[in-house]
Amino acid sequence: MGGAARPRRRTAAGQRWYRATWWLLLMAGLLPGLWLAARTGGAFGGLGVNPVETLLLDTGTYAIIALLVALSVTPLRRLTGVANIGRYRRLLGLVAFGYASAHFLVWLGVDLFFDWVLILEDLTTRPFVMAGFAAWFILLLLAATSTHAAMRRLKRNWTRLHRLVYPAAILAVVHIVWLTRADYREATIYALILAVLLGLRAFWALQGARKIRGQPARNGAG
Amino acid sequence: MLIRRHRSSDPRPSEITPRDVYQRRRDFLKTGVALGAGLFLPASTVADSSLDFSPGPFSTDEALTPFEDVTTYNNFYELGTGKSDPSRNADLLRTEPWTVKVDGLCANSGEYDLEDFLRPRELQERIYRLRCVEGWSMVIPWVGFELNRVLKRAEPLGSARYVAFETVMDPDNLPGQRRPVLEWPYVEGLRLDEAMHPLTILAVGLYGEELPNQNGAPLRLVVPWKYGFKSIKSIVRISFTEVEPPTSWNRSQPDEYGFYSNVNPDVAHPRWSQRTERRIGEFRRRRTEPFNGYGEEVASLYEGMDLTRHF
Repeated sequence: MGGAARPRRRTAAGQRWYRATWWLLLMAGLLPGLWLAARTGGAFGGLGVNPVETLLLDTGTYAIIALLVALSVTPLRRLTGVANIGRYRRLLGLVAFGYASAHFLVWLGVDLFFDWVLILEDLTTRPFVMAGFAAWFILLLLAATSTHAAMRRLKRNWTRLHRLVYPAAILAVVHIVWLTRADYREATIYALILAVLLGLRAFWALQGARKIRGQPARNGAG
Repeated sequence: MLIRRHRSSDPRPSEITPRDVYQRRRDFLKTGVALGAGLFLPASTVADSSLDFSPGPFSTDEALTPFEDVTTYNNFYELGTGKSDPSRNADLLRTEPWTVKVDGLCANSGEYDLEDFLRPRELQERIYRLRCVEGWSMVIPWVGFELNRVLKRAEPLGSARYVAFETVMDPDNLPGQRRPVLEWPYVEGLRLDEAMHPLTILAVGLYGEELPNQNGAPLRLVVPWKYGFKSIKSIVRISFTEVEPPTSWNRSQPDEYGFYSNVNPDVAHPRWSQRTERRIGEFRRRRTEPFNGYGEEVASLYEGMDLTRHF
């Protein structure tokens, strides 16, 4: 699973390629948000009959998709053997955190309009709200410790901490399953993708454990 | 009982709905002519393309939800589970020919062509609040008649205590019915006294025009003090029963949707609060009223009942 990959020799051309693709990926990640913002401003036909609901649902959808994309970085790196793919992981994770935060803030400040009585009631009595909040809170911790400085400071604990992205993703999918009324198609797709992404990791971890039994354990969040 | 008459200052349907929209609506309810006769009518005959109705009691004077919103934001799973699916798939619902069966515990059962079923009815406009269990609401000017007219004519037997309703079953045309999201056909039910209440109507139109398919054409129930899913659409059968009839959402999730499903801010849906609602077109949520604001008219129906148990 190794985040332990040793930095490769980086050529100037390689670095330029990385920068360009990093920006491209950032733009691609922000595009749905920009589109939503434009519609909020009234462009492209606006947000429809129930604008607040559209804002809430769309930010949530972008968050889960971005999170699943971020979680596919490590399997992709492993399957393709292209180690550099891992360099985009943090960016994708931060995009997911950005949409999750937008989703959280729309709920708090637009949908419930800072009605703290309702907000507290929801947070303490509604399992789907609790699951969603917990997922967002974990992403907040991970985003706050996503810098190189935090990595150095936390040492091995950084890896342990960032493995929390797995429960965060599970909580996010559970959040969606629990708020679904009857049509589980969308929730099922997210659950299946997550199951594959986590299943691959579990499989590789088991394989690795068998191979290197007796040797020092490898670490690295994936 | 508070009865609000339609005021002359209230906006007329024609002031809200663009002319070209209602000019395009079909006309067979009133004139009995085939689909298409209502198309391309010159502007001078606009009045002929709308339903003939008089103002009815119980109407609210709250601001109407725009026609566009009422007809493009719908829960009608037979036409798809997304809010805009029903209007997009509206053409898939075949409303001609249409028969309504009245049967069960009554002396005067029968199966009627829609036209015969509707001919004796005098249509009224009823401007009601509609509160969806999902937490949004609208104000809709329905056109219809009191359900009790139909029920009385059928002469229910003394043993009849409930009325069951059934939506059309047509999986060949209705895409939603080809997936087991709910058990099809959609069924609903009321206690006989609820069904007889003058607030309870069968609607055939809204905004002065024949019902659009996505709103439950050609004939739907409207029970304004209950969550929207009780107001079953596209009805083909009305039956008198002795025992409480099954209802679709209750059958699907019995702990979440009860038989009564009266609007009640103090009884949360197990997964979300019912204290507030968003009126479509408004930004801030508003407090939800017990019985959707119709407590004065209907609270007495439930005297002595524990509404947290009979939710």
